[in-house]
Amino acid sequence: MREEVYMAGMGGQGVLLASQILAQAAMSAGLEVSWFPLYSPEVRGGWATCTVVVADGEVGSPVVGHPAAMILMDKIAVENHLGKIRPEGLAIVNSSLAGEEFDRDDVRIIAIPANDVATEVGSERTVNMVLLGAYVASAELVTLADIEQALREVIPERHHSFIPINVAALQRGAQYVTNHR
Amino acid sequence: MNQSMHQTPTDQVKPVYTYPDSLTEVPLRYCPGCTHGIAHRLVAEVIDELGVRERTVAIAPVGCSVYAYEYFNTDAVQAAHGRGPAVATGIKRTRPDTIVFTYQGDGDLASIGLAEVIHAAARAENFTVIFVNNAVFGMTQGQMAPTTLMGQKTTTTPRGRTIEQGGHPLNICELLAQIPGVAYLARETMIAPKYVMRAKRSIKKAFQAQMQELGFSLVELVSSCPTWWRMKPLEAFAHIEEKMLVQYPLEVFVDKLKEANDSSG
Amino acid sequence: MSERKLINGNEATAEGAIAAGCRYFFGYPITPQNKIPEYMSEHLPDVGGVYVQAESEVAAINMVYGAASTGAWAMTTSSSPGISLMQEGLSYMIGSELPCVVVNMVRGGPGLGNIGPAQSDYWLATRGAGHGDGRCLTFAPFSVQELYDLVGEAFTIAQRYRNPVMILADAILASMREPCRLHERRDPPPGQPEWAVGGPRDGRPRNIINSLYVDLAEEEQVNLRIARRYEEAAQQEIRFVEYGADEPQILICAYGIASRICQTAVQQAMQAGVSVRLIRPISLFPFPEEAIRQWAERVEKILVVELSLGQFIEDVRLAVEGRCPVELMGRTGGMVMTPEEVTDRIVDGRGRLNECLTPGPSAAGRGE
Repeated sequence: MREEVYMAGMGGQGVLLASQILAQAAMSAGLEVSWFPLYSPEVRGGWATCTVVVADGEVGSPVVGHPAAMILMDKIAVENHLGKIRPEGLAIVNSSLAGEEFDRDDVRIIAIPANDVATEVGSERTVNMVLLGAYVASAELVTLADIEQALREVIPERHHSFIPINVAALQRGAQYVTNHR
Repeated sequence: MNQSMHQTPTDQVKPVYTYPDSLTEVPLRYCPGCTHGIAHRLVAEVIDELGVRERTVAIAPVGCSVYAYEYFNTDAVQAAHGRGPAVATGIKRTRPDTIVFTYQGDGDLASIGLAEVIHAAARAENFTVIFVNNAVFGMTQGQMAPTTLMGQKTTTTPRGRTIEQGGHPLNICELLAQIPGVAYLARETMIAPKYVMRAKRSIKKAFQAQMQELGFSLVELVSSCPTWWRMKPLEAFAHIEEKMLVQYPLEVFVDKLKEANDSSG
Repeated sequence: MSERKLINGNEATAEGAIAAGCRYFFGYPITPQNKIPEYMSEHLPDVGGVYVQAESEVAAINMVYGAASTGAWAMTTSSSPGISLMQEGLSYMIGSELPCVVVNMVRGGPGLGNIGPAQSDYWLATRGAGHGDGRCLTFAPFSVQELYDLVGEAFTIAQRYRNPVMILADAILASMREPCRLHERRDPPPGQPEWAVGGPRDGRPRNIINSLYVDLAEEEQVNLRIARRYEEAAQQEIRFVEYGADEPQILICAYGIASRICQTAVQQAMQAGVSVRLIRPISLFPFPEEAIRQWAERVEKILVVELSLGQFIEDVRLAVEGRCPVELMGRTGGMVMTPEEVTDRIVDGRGRLNECLTPGPSAAGRGE
């Protein structure tokens, strides 16, 4: 088993945190994992990407040319990266910022208005968790319970008051996928 | 070992001048009229008087005094050109119980090693620097140093140092005097016995500042280079008095020992 | 077995050093390794250690020189431009026969370059260490766990051979998080080596740390003594790992992060029916010449994959000595080949050097 998840968005959207939570959850589930971030040099803003590779043996390359799955958080991420996804692959796309028109018909695309969902949950800053929840429900790599546990391990204790709203966002993202199946 | 070579004290004869334990018997290789020999002896006498030879580490520079590690009868480390204060930092931070001093010339300290000495002072590193300033690169045969006087002829300022070609002399003590990490800072010379006595007092205070963990200490010794100044030794001493001390006046710039003693007394 | 923690290579480097007994760190900030001095400044005081932020990499390596001369387990870390500045100090440490550990998180160059991943300091690491007839013992990990383990072991190796040890990693390994098993922090060994300075106490002969030998014959003897240690290291410290087919047509040579990319490429190529094997040197100096030479007798060709334009390949060619063709697949300047590109090159021989120079997936940008 080898799963590759590529996550891309604007700086500040939470690409690195969400991907790290996914990596932590996979590790806690007993799998091997690599989490490889790349982001532009601006201290604020710019772009951020991250590749998470999960395997039940050696991970091998942390760099992936054509990932099996992507989480794309804005229009620029879709324009730059959707073309590289592996045929038959999975894309979770934030339709609030990227629209619903895509030029790939050979991949499974799940478009979620993640900004709207996050606002309904109570904080637009939980967009990354909405999309991560959608990925978890679509890919069956780790469970939502694994992710919730990882959230507690990755988020510093002083910020644990934000965990409930993040969990709510994860669940709403997952529900969206289940409801639209 | 030293005492077997020299006069053994007896009941009848009271020695008034002996060879310092903190110097080895290796003959100094300095030119006639060079004051490095006096400077070495003063440092060695101070180490003897403070009784710290067995916990002292000397840092030798690159320059005429590169062989300092052969002359000082202590542990020693030979440092890359100008890096003595960084090496001393590494030693003192790992072994705070040692007494550490660097011995550096003007090329080593004021030119290539300026950053290292200033930052060591800024960090209030607890070691002592003996800075021998003879306003010329001696070992490489007489080129201009940062401390070369205006108008002074060297092998790279054959018509005399000018502002256009070589800029201005650099006064190290005046630069360091404004840094709070400095505990003792003085400029001395060795051209007559009264100056030698003064210089020794300052060197001793610099080491005492280190022993009392007050911070960084440095003594600049305005020194002679008859060979590359192309002077006789006595002419060189006169040159120091008439020219060098105008650019580099003798002064105790910082003395926190005094403050420490005053506040405790 | 201890718990696994998801940490990045910078954290693994710093914790690996502390856990092995390193208590003295001197460094200067440079991306992509700033997490190392940050971690050291936070954690070293807890174990009675000392962190000093030097005014430059030149000063940092000379502080390490001073610390090492007292027998302390000292280290510095940096990235390419900073390692250039440390060459003088490394040369002095080799000449003075002092141990230390230096970690280079290689970034794109030459010049200021960028902060993307690269392996273009191979020559600097394996040939470099400044002027003179000496070298750094050099090791290249390929995972966060191996980085943690090797940094720790590097201190023992440095002491054994009284020579600096260079750990050669890159911007990906620096920022990449992987599960890492941490062992308990150990204290450095008690006492001082008999050569260390600290004052000639209790009547012991004085110790001198020095690399000045004006007697030419004596300098030659010193260099021969150092060279004998390298020969001994070649007997004791050669490390490499192999993956893939037992009877390969093609042998891939890659180290560090490039070998991770090749691991996946080898799997893909074997699925495509090509018989291929990967050899991954961990020790770069000493180099696993014999292992590569033996494969050179049995394969059709060797493909060298590196994040530089033909540095590592020189050591492969020196080992092969013309026994088979040796080809290069290189990316440079912070760019990284994907496993798919390596697979294509293995399967149908495409992608010669000039094609490697065309833009590919960007790996520029800032590590964590």
